[in-house]
Amino acid sequence: MAHPPVLALRGVSKRFGGVQALVDVDLQIRAGEVVALAGDNGAGKSTLVKVISGVNPADRGAIEWEGRLVQIKRPHDAHALGIATVYQDLAMCDNLDVVGNLFLGREIDRVGVLDEVEMERRARDLMRALSIRLPDVRMPVAALSAGQRQAVAISRSLMGAPKVLLLDEPTAALGVEQTSHLLDLIEEVRDHGMAIILISHNMGDIKAVADRVAVLRLGRNNGLFDVSSVTQEQIISAVTGAADNAVAHRSKGDEGAWP
Amino acid sequence: MSRGGSQRDGEPAGTERGAVPVTADGRPRTRGWSDGLRAYALEIRGIFQGGERGPLVVIAGLIVIWIVFQALDDKFLSPRNLSNLSVEIVGTGLVAVGIVFVLLIREIDLSVGSVSGLAGAAFAVLNVNQGWPEWTAVIVAVAAGTAVGAFHGFFFAWLGVPAFVVTLAGLLIWNGLTLYLLGASGTINIDEEGLVASLTSRHFEDPAAAYAVAALGTAGYFLAAHRRRSRHRAAGMPYRQTAEIWTRTGVLALVAFAAAYTLNRFQGLPLALLIFLAVLVVSDYVLRRTRYGRRVYALGGGVEAARRAGIGVERVRVAMFMVSGTLAAFGGLFVASSLTSASPTTARAAGSGMLLINAIAAAVIGGTSLFGGRGSPWSVLLGVLVIQSIASGMGLLGVEDAVQFMITGGVLLAAVAADALTRRAEARRGRP
Ligand SMILES: Nc1ncnc2c1ncn2[C@@H]1O[C@H](COP(=O)(O)OP(=O)(O)O)[C@@H](O)[C@H]1O
Ligand SMILES: [Mg+2]
Repeated sequence: MAHPPVLALRGVSKRFGGVQALVDVDLQIRAGEVVALAGDNGAGKSTLVKVISGVNPADRGAIEWEGRLVQIKRPHDAHALGIATVYQDLAMCDNLDVVGNLFLGREIDRVGVLDEVEMERRARDLMRALSIRLPDVRMPVAALSAGQRQAVAISRSLMGAPKVLLLDEPTAALGVEQTSHLLDLIEEVRDHGMAIILISHNMGDIKAVADRVAVLRLGRNNGLFDVSSVTQEQIISAVTGAADNAVAHRSKGDEGAWP
Repeated sequence: MSRGGSQRDGEPAGTERGAVPVTADGRPRTRGWSDGLRAYALEIRGIFQGGERGPLVVIAGLIVIWIVFQALDDKFLSPRNLSNLSVEIVGTGLVAVGIVFVLLIREIDLSVGSVSGLAGAAFAVLNVNQGWPEWTAVIVAVAAGTAVGAFHGFFFAWLGVPAFVVTLAGLLIWNGLTLYLLGASGTINIDEEGLVASLTSRHFEDPAAAYAVAALGTAGYFLAAHRRRSRHRAAGMPYRQTAEIWTRTGVLALVAFAAAYTLNRFQGLPLALLIFLAVLVVSDYVLRRTRYGRRVYALGGGVEAARRAGIGVERVRVAMFMVSGTLAAFGGLFVASSLTSASPTTARAAGSGMLLINAIAAAVIGGTSLFGGRGSPWSVLLGVLVIQSIASGMGLLGVEDAVQFMITGGVLLAAVAADALTRRAEARRGRP
């Protein structure tokens, strides 16, 4: 492809105290592409998401955005680039209503005074556009079901028309119908040129929407596959480490860090 | 499975501008006349089911307290006593408004009693002993409160020391500093005709003043409600019925003019009350209607979500302790004003925590939660009326200090217990 990847990570490492969560991780994604990120619990998937979204910046490594080197040190940096994130824990402000959470940190205002009517109007429009049904956009999110929270979190991420969307296990809390609705949505925004990194344990979901699968194991790259040509077993063995991929080069020294 | 429209550039497809939004079951979202009544009934039921421990319960409690004290001593509801009450609530009330800011971000400031004592002493020392002009001394005393708040905020937000420990240390430190400042001179009497003394002694005797404030407040409420209604209606969103707005305005007018009438039967509108109301209006507006206020509530509802949304969590935290320190100092000037002195005895009393407990109790009784993210400055008005009514009533009846302590402590305990129960009820009804 002629265009450089919209987002490229090179040699990203991240350490939490005694835990080396990421070691020399590489990842690239192009516009209009869905890359699935697979890996066992504790493999470092969520940590990688937080590196990209600026919540937990990397210790080492380079991040390129549309071919140029960038620094992502704060959530604001990622947002300014056009990176939106749906976190695994769906953290929200339980005391605020749906509108308040959708616009948190980017409220519509006139000289500092909130324009509640305009925010509510846009929230309704967005919910309708995404076919999300909520009893009321003015209800506090504490009263939402897990699936509804998920829907609000995804709407929030799509609001700024991002170029890269990070979804950390978005289907974990969803039922069958909601999941297929979400997968539809992913395909649709992909068709509009968005790049999506989808973290999922579900091989069915991965096969359904992803173009490529990157596997993380113990914080390192452990394989990159084309979804069209890989079997489910190959992905699973890369995830579990039954077949250590050539890409993975584990040094003995780091082994001790893992419980 | 149907697909939604695209949301590129934030302009969703298939939007009919100006159309009336429709609920999932296909009914328009505007409330009709009967729907309005039904919704109102549901609202009231909601309040009594404990979900929203609404102001109605507190108002009922206040009425009971007033009736009981009036029965025990018929001077209690006299214009004179009520007028004095409206001044007495201001010192504690201002401190409590500061506490509300801190409670909203789910923290606590235990130093406010000491800080208010410090401000009173600093003013007295600077003005009386050092001969500074009153205005300068006032500004320095209040700024000292702001600085103290910044100091607490720094230890809490940047060094990660739990706020209750930082401010507990502050409680002792600032009380110590107050005693140290007063040490050389002992009791300092402040100018009885001066600026600070007038904070609690000045009344606008012209009856027109109290009525004008009542009229202004009522009209302001009505216009704001009406404007909201028009905007919501124009945007095709649910809005309050005109009848409901008129009812609310009517109730407000009744209370406001009754208060003005009562105040005018004594010495007119107290300056202190006017200042307190102004502080309430401004802080409520900032918290509920501005972008900055939204950040404050966000911090109380979920720090992690706030951080991820790009909110500068540390800066907001420091700012809230600064607000609390500032209002504690300002409240302290009202306390000094009503005593027209600053003395080691009152400083020790400030350190003993009575003001602190009253302020926390006032905030929590009014409906501000200790668990963060819920409440408003207006809650303080009701809460502090309850607290000061009890104090004033016990004073009239000559109840001794020992008993007053136990009763005040008991009221605080009851208020926080109710807060905790509300929270549990919410958690049960919240996420399944
Ligand atoms: N904030 C943190 N502090 C300390 N350790 C962390 C933190 N976040 C993640 N970790 C550790 O990093 C490793 C990777 O975690 P995570 O990225 O959540 O894995 P995954 O999402 O793939 O299940 C785990 O060992 C986890 O305990
Ligand atoms: Mg994870």
